[in-house]
Amino acid sequence: MDIQALLDLADEQVEVSRQVEKKKSTLRGRTQINLFFEPSTRTQSSFEIAGKRLGADVMNMSVASSSVKKGETLIDTAATLNAMRPDLIIVRHHAAGAVHLLAQKVDCSVVNAGDGAHEHPTQALLDALTIRRNKGRIEGLTVAICGDIIHSRVARSNMILLAAMGARVRLVAPSTLLPPGIARLGFETFTDMRKGLEGADIVMMLRLQRERMNGSFVPSVKEYFRFYGLDQEKLSYAKPDAFVMHPGPMNRGVEISSDVADGAQSLIREQVEMGVAVRMAVLEALASHLPNR
Amino acid sequence: MTAERPLLFTNARLIDPASGKEERGGVLVQDGLIQDVGPYVAVATDAEVVDCGGQVLAPGLIDMRAFIGEPGAAHRETLKSAGEAAAAGGVTTIMSMPDTNPVLDDPAIIDFVMRRARDTSIVNVRPAAALTKGLKGEEMAEIGLLREAGAVAFTDGDRSVTNAQVMRRALTYARDFDALIVHHVEDPDLVGTGVMNEGEFAARLGLPGIPREAETVMLERDIRLVRLTGGRYHAAMISCADSAEIMRDAKSRGLPVTCGVSINNLALNENDIGDYRTFLKLSPPLRHEDDRQAMIEALVDGTIDVIVSDHNPQDVETKRLPFSEAENGAVGLETLLSAALRLVHSNGVPIAKLLRAMSTRPAEILGLPGGRLQRGAPADLIVFDPDAPYVLDKRQLRSLSKNTPFDEARLQGQVTATMVAGRIVFDRLNVSREANV
Repeated sequence: MDIQALLDLADEQVEVSRQVEKKKSTLRGRTQINLFFEPSTRTQSSFEIAGKRLGADVMNMSVASSSVKKGETLIDTAATLNAMRPDLIIVRHHAAGAVHLLAQKVDCSVVNAGDGAHEHPTQALLDALTIRRNKGRIEGLTVAICGDIIHSRVARSNMILLAAMGARVRLVAPSTLLPPGIARLGFETFTDMRKGLEGADIVMMLRLQRERMNGSFVPSVKEYFRFYGLDQEKLSYAKPDAFVMHPGPMNRGVEISSDVADGAQSLIREQVEMGVAVRMAVLEALASHLPNR
Repeated sequence: MTAERPLLFTNARLIDPASGKEERGGVLVQDGLIQDVGPYVAVATDAEVVDCGGQVLAPGLIDMRAFIGEPGAAHRETLKSAGEAAAAGGVTTIMSMPDTNPVLDDPAIIDFVMRRARDTSIVNVRPAAALTKGLKGEEMAEIGLLREAGAVAFTDGDRSVTNAQVMRRALTYARDFDALIVHHVEDPDLVGTGVMNEGEFAARLGLPGIPREAETVMLERDIRLVRLTGGRYHAAMISCADSAEIMRDAKSRGLPVTCGVSINNLALNENDIGDYRTFLKLSPPLRHEDDRQAMIEALVDGTIDVIVSDHNPQDVETKRLPFSEAENGAVGLETLLSAALRLVHSNGVPIAKLLRAMSTRPAEILGLPGGRLQRGAPADLIVFDPDAPYVLDKRQLRSLSKNTPFDEARLQGQVTATMVAGRIVFDRLNVSREANV
């Protein structure tokens, strides 16, 4: 299924989610396990709601209260869950590649809900959907992804997806937050945010983790906000009709000012709504491939 | 606003270290700038005329390394006293080190020092900010904000950043702001308990030595990190032949690296320590005569970019101690030029080359407008007699601290006038008297 078709399907799910009767039966009888090795609010609840709206039985396994805490390896956990015959496992893990490893050990469909600093594909899809609904297209748009790129799976998935859909992707960050060698992958990089935002259609901000704020990757919150925080002044370098996005959770006053986050150009709330729709679309698309006997 | 009266220096031996040009002539100064320079200077009729009597007229010296006690240790040196010492030594711009108390790791403190210097110092003071917070070598300081506040470089003063990851990230981050990192290259673990150059002389004195590798290991590491990151890097002071070799190689690869040498390592060697003279306890330590010769050679061939005074005022309590317990450091602002001229008199180093390392190159490295004797350049100028002999009496020093390694030394070459931004701040020529005639 191509990406545009998947986004078309997601558009339909938006309508479903806006009805009073939100329940479909696509996944009736199916079991979906949300296996989150890392705490998550929006992604986990979004997958849970998506599964339930499609009629699946959804079970959340939080690692805090599971056998992983007792020292079970990832592969043993996978084998244990596999024995319970789920149809879908949604996995979030702190190590890049862990979801791929787990997928090799189970018989059912596995959806990556974020693995380390590698990928977060449904986030990229929901971002693409949000952009397409607001701009009418993705091809030809200039998208500036700004901030902690080196640690961001959201950035990587968006770089891949948006570039594949014909957007011009720019990366804006201090050099300490850019993966060395990234320029050779063909993305334009900017260490001066104003230059990076010039003429952008979409400004996509990333969260800066707390442990990276004080001297290790950037000197301080104050300095980071001064040079890399999105405020109205820096945003004025982007196109007048540019939109602002953020995968959440936001650090207000660190990577983004409150007036921009809550301002007229912000799509941040809409991204959350699109998250449910995109995940419903992904699960529904997978449903057609699930074994029926 | 009425224009101030122009001032004309005549009958001078003009040396412009930026172009290497040397000629007889004059300089016309007005509004803090050099208005004209050369053998035939267009003279306004109302100009005050100063006859230099054939002495050298050159750009004021820019010293990239001076420790000043303000704030925090004003009993050793203030911005005012350091300024007076500098002016008497022909230094018109000082880059001050950040290891004050509080440390210069906050934009507000940079601002304080700059205001304080403007109000009390007769020479230009451009602060270097801390590279890491509290000079602890752990977390990088606010390089962007400090640079905006006026810091011209980033350094942990006389401390080395031993954590290579911290150095890598600092170099990487600094590059985005085109900020210069100045590093003291001395591995503290290899220094250990050492107090002077490792070798025969230390063995004889019964003092623990500092191997040259304390310097070369750190310098080699830094060069690798510069190659990895592309950050602008300046080794504050090198002291041995191997380090010169490392710098020569790094420069031939086109890396953005420069280095300095302390005047002490050019003018003195370990034998000058003699009878445990603590004023010659320095970091880096005075080395063997062969190293001193290698430093001179590296200066002449351009491997070494700048000469610094490494001015470090220490008082009696920190110096009148057994050699191994005394603090490092010597004052040097006032004797910088005289000591450097030893290389002209004894080693045949061309005077323009020497001045280049004390004015033009520091200006280029720090991005300052001085260091050249050209129209439009700031009128930071010195007049000196390169041959005038004298014996240094430390009691005559203007510095609040008197820990000079040149006490009672015979020196040749004395500053007779110093001008900062068109204003005479040191005057043995009686410029002001003549000018008022």
